[in-house]
Amino acid sequence: MAAAGEYARHLRHVVTENPVTGAAFGLFVLLVLTAVLGPVLAPYDPLQSNAAHTLEAPSARHWFGTDQLGRDVFSRVVVATRLDMTIAFASVALVFVTGTLTGVAAGHFGGWVDRLVGRASDTIMAFPLFVLAMGIVAALGNTVTNIVLATAVVNFPLYVRVARAEANVRRDAGFVEAARISGNGEARLVLFHILPNTLPIMMVQVSLTLGYAILNAAGLSFIGLGVRPPTPEWGIMVADGANYIQSGEWWIALFPGLALMLAVFCFNLLGDGLRDLIDPRRRT
Amino acid sequence: MLAMIGRRLLAALPSIAGVIVVTFLLTRLLPGDPAAYFAGPAATPQAIEEVRARLGLDRSVPAQFVGYLGDLARGDFGLSLTTGLPVLRELINRLPASLELTLAGLLFAVAVAVPLGILAAVRAGSWIDHATRIVATAGVSLPTFFTGLLLVHVFYSVLQVAPAPMGRLDVFASPPPHITGLYIVDALLTGDAATAWAALAQLALPALTLGIFALAPLARMTRAAMLSALGSDFVRAARASGLSRSRIVWVYAFRNALLPVLTTLGMVFSFLLGANVLVEKVFAWPGIGSYAIEALIVSDYAPVQGFVLTMALLYVLLNLVIDILYGIVDPRVKLES
Amino acid sequence: MKRREFLKSSAAVAAGVAIGGVPWNGALGQARKDTLLAISENGPNSLDIHGVGTNRPGYEASWNSYDRLVTFGVKKDGQGNDHYDYTKIEPELAEDWTVTDGSATFRLKRGAKFHDGTPVTAADVKWSFDRAVTVGGFPTFQMKAGSLEKPEQFVAVDDRTFRIDFLRRDKLTMPDLGVPVPVIINSGLARKHATAADPWAMDWLRTNEAGSGAYRVERFQPGTELVFQRNDDWVGGPKPKIQRVVWRVVPQAGNRRALLERGDADVSFDLPSKDFTELAASKKLTIVGTPVENALQYIAFNVTRPPFDDVKVRQAVAWALPYQAIMDSVMFGRALPMFGAAKPVADASWPQAHGYATDLGKAKALMAASPFPNGFETTLSFDLGLAGVNEPICVLVQESLARIGIKLTINKIPGANWRNELLKKQLPMLTNTFGGWLNFPDYFFFWAYHGQNAVFNTMAYQNPRMDKAIDLARFAPDAATYEASVKEFVGLAFEEVPRIPLFQPYLNVAMQKNVTGYRYWFHRQLDYRQLAKA
Repeated sequence: MAAAGEYARHLRHVVTENPVTGAAFGLFVLLVLTAVLGPVLAPYDPLQSNAAHTLEAPSARHWFGTDQLGRDVFSRVVVATRLDMTIAFASVALVFVTGTLTGVAAGHFGGWVDRLVGRASDTIMAFPLFVLAMGIVAALGNTVTNIVLATAVVNFPLYVRVARAEANVRRDAGFVEAARISGNGEARLVLFHILPNTLPIMMVQVSLTLGYAILNAAGLSFIGLGVRPPTPEWGIMVADGANYIQSGEWWIALFPGLALMLAVFCFNLLGDGLRDLIDPRRRT
Repeated sequence: MLAMIGRRLLAALPSIAGVIVVTFLLTRLLPGDPAAYFAGPAATPQAIEEVRARLGLDRSVPAQFVGYLGDLARGDFGLSLTTGLPVLRELINRLPASLELTLAGLLFAVAVAVPLGILAAVRAGSWIDHATRIVATAGVSLPTFFTGLLLVHVFYSVLQVAPAPMGRLDVFASPPPHITGLYIVDALLTGDAATAWAALAQLALPALTLGIFALAPLARMTRAAMLSALGSDFVRAARASGLSRSRIVWVYAFRNALLPVLTTLGMVFSFLLGANVLVEKVFAWPGIGSYAIEALIVSDYAPVQGFVLTMALLYVLLNLVIDILYGIVDPRVKLES
Repeated sequence: MKRREFLKSSAAVAAGVAIGGVPWNGALGQARKDTLLAISENGPNSLDIHGVGTNRPGYEASWNSYDRLVTFGVKKDGQGNDHYDYTKIEPELAEDWTVTDGSATFRLKRGAKFHDGTPVTAADVKWSFDRAVTVGGFPTFQMKAGSLEKPEQFVAVDDRTFRIDFLRRDKLTMPDLGVPVPVIINSGLARKHATAADPWAMDWLRTNEAGSGAYRVERFQPGTELVFQRNDDWVGGPKPKIQRVVWRVVPQAGNRRALLERGDADVSFDLPSKDFTELAASKKLTIVGTPVENALQYIAFNVTRPPFDDVKVRQAVAWALPYQAIMDSVMFGRALPMFGAAKPVADASWPQAHGYATDLGKAKALMAASPFPNGFETTLSFDLGLAGVNEPICVLVQESLARIGIKLTINKIPGANWRNELLKKQLPMLTNTFGGWLNFPDYFFFWAYHGQNAVFNTMAYQNPRMDKAIDLARFAPDAATYEASVKEFVGLAFEEVPRIPLFQPYLNVAMQKNVTGYRYWFHRQLDYRQLAKA
């Protein structure tokens, strides 16, 4: 209880002391709200085309202009927030659970478990990561599930490495020894004593990979492996809109691009802020 | 030293084997049917079967895999169906282009990020610190293809200062004689400054695109390493003994901060080698990344397999080089560990 | 300040070297004037038109570096642009020919030489034709379309005389000799690179050219660049004006437009319709758009199973498609509309407009009378390789059909898998383009609607009445029978609507103002031989 109070105080300190983190936190709240409210905020149906109003520049009626089919770019950007957040959070949740557990197990038990896990993550690391993600999505089909899966696989070694190192350090720490002496089994030890202690540093990792997940999805969209049309998604909107930059319709790509950039930006800054929160001395 | 290198290479073998198996299986899972694709638009099912047999794709997957391993052992990476050329020859032809691009991108990133990181550490908490953080993070927040297209639009179409985004050299210039395969280096070695300049001009925008993406990790790591070095006992001691500020920063702190920066550099390099696939596509850069993307899209197995294997080998070599450098920078590090 | 000085001084160094070295700018200017720079999205994967999987850009490489016996004449199209004329067959390597009921005899031009200097003989022609009908795949199939099927049909009478014996009287035999496939290859050179396993030198000819054409291939880097040099000894036609052609691959559409607008590239086919429309309006470039002969973009149904086995459902869709919206916001007007004809099937031409237009009232009534009054769910598929046109079409169709209770899921299929899916004939609904090289309605229908069920009959449509009319037209004894049977099968296609034509696409090209002499060809590739650069 006291520790939680301490954390809260520290959180308030970090947010107020460091204006950049504060702003990032505000942005994060805004993104989550947009994702939750989504369609309620959109002034138009994001799928509704309108042949009479195609490629219109931003105006009071269409804040972000309209695209080649006359769809309202603002509405599409707003509605896409939910899908992009889903892709980011789902892939990170997946890799967080699998990667952290695997890493902690490897670090705690050592021996052949550690070697096996090490080999597996070395193999993934030896791949050019974006091409591996491409390969997975191309092979399994371009659905949201597979994009999530590919992003998770690509990030797997990162989580394993960090979690393994943390668990390794704590394997013989005093509090673990104490728990072992008081009769806890190894599995219990890992789940209730070691795992919780690796969580803070893992949260930094989470926040950094959230941004990467969105970028990865955008890259896949650029080579045609994104989600199904006409689903609005930032990456696919930027990729499609990129063809209109040269002809002067910059708003089709720019606004989803800005949304995407803000989200990734916010996750990255938040990661930095979280690091401060956990260990002010290791601030980077 | 040599024994250590041998041991390290041996230890990397299982990873390479894993890469070979996974890549092979992944390409076989690709949805396209190369036989149907290459049999042409009007092919009958019978004609497709003929093509399939000619491509060796009528054999079972294990049989194909054994055949593939046999070819690899003989140094045969297979034939690309899309370009009609041996994959190995293409990879050798195209690798220098990718390396030149990646190295140039990295060079730019180091030149900008390291000084910024040092400055941010020396003035920690100041507006310079915050600005560095924001700029570096913004760079890593945009998809590379979008940054690239934006740069082309601004510098080629609007400002008209950059050359046409059409590969490594202007259409009417001829490439320098092949020495290293890196155009700028080759042109300088043969004393052809005009070609070196032309190649540099072509390289500027793609390298910038790639470099912007690498700013954040480098600046962040430099700052962190500098902070911890500046806070260490020996720097405090140096300060107490009245050494000049610049001497403390550059000689004492920076030399000690070099190690983690070097590690990050290695990671960033291998990451960039993979990330430049999209940049190559945007700038019509004839590297191995664009080659692999095109092949993947038409289910052309051999180039994808060859590309991934090359990248994996490069990754292993790179890590080895970094470990060796590590030993040079800090003799206390035992290479065995 | 320092940085600027540094930049200035390094620029000065570069400039100094340039002036001190070769007369850089002069040479460059000269080269630029005589060189045509063409850019495209994809480059050729082979120089051999008979090769396995040779792509469309490969046809262009082959067309300009090899000769055929004959070629087609030229006419002016409706807008005053040059257009090949399939009614006029003219000499290329053959000087003249005589056609009897049973055979055609060709005399080769005197002095015709391959690029390595060896003379072109009838034996080379025979070897090349034997190769085309033997290697299988696309070349063999295309030769067969003109009843050119067996090596025994081809006879080298003497060095300069070559004869083709007919298997049957076929109006397509002579035109089929002018398409890109029956090229004449330097057989002596090719044989040197043939092996027991590869008697037709398929491997070698893929990356090496052995032709007698107007341009020789100087450098070939697949996926990057192809450089041609003019062959000054060419006898196939008037001497080409362009000395050198550099063809670069630029994958990004926006960059291609930028290169053309800045004047760095001379010519390109590969831009979105919207860019062509805008560039035409800006008047900075010459834009020529020609309706692609015998080609249509369409929506096809799988007619072998519900719901699209029901003709009322198909007609309902035909009345519900957003034809004009597709013309405006997908094609930007650069296509010929193929809908809303007041009086369909008035003549025996093809392509011609059908009578359907967007009328949701009629569509709803037909749906109500069908076995699916409450609508249904299905998928609409397209080839991702052509997403620029296909994707917006699918989005508009999806939106429009939702109004009559048909809920579509859009399914994008990667290019590598598209043909495979077409062959399986399982997709319930798809959009695609089909065009025939030889400009005859019966040729189109034979591939797209006939019960032989070729891959292009994407509907798996089989109707004996249709087959009879098509067969009758192919070998019609007189014009009246021909016309009647064409009208019969076109009418049937419109009434049964197994596929719904949307529009006839344009072949667009953008050129610098100083480039002249562009000619439209049925193969939709660039012919360098008639181009000139002022």
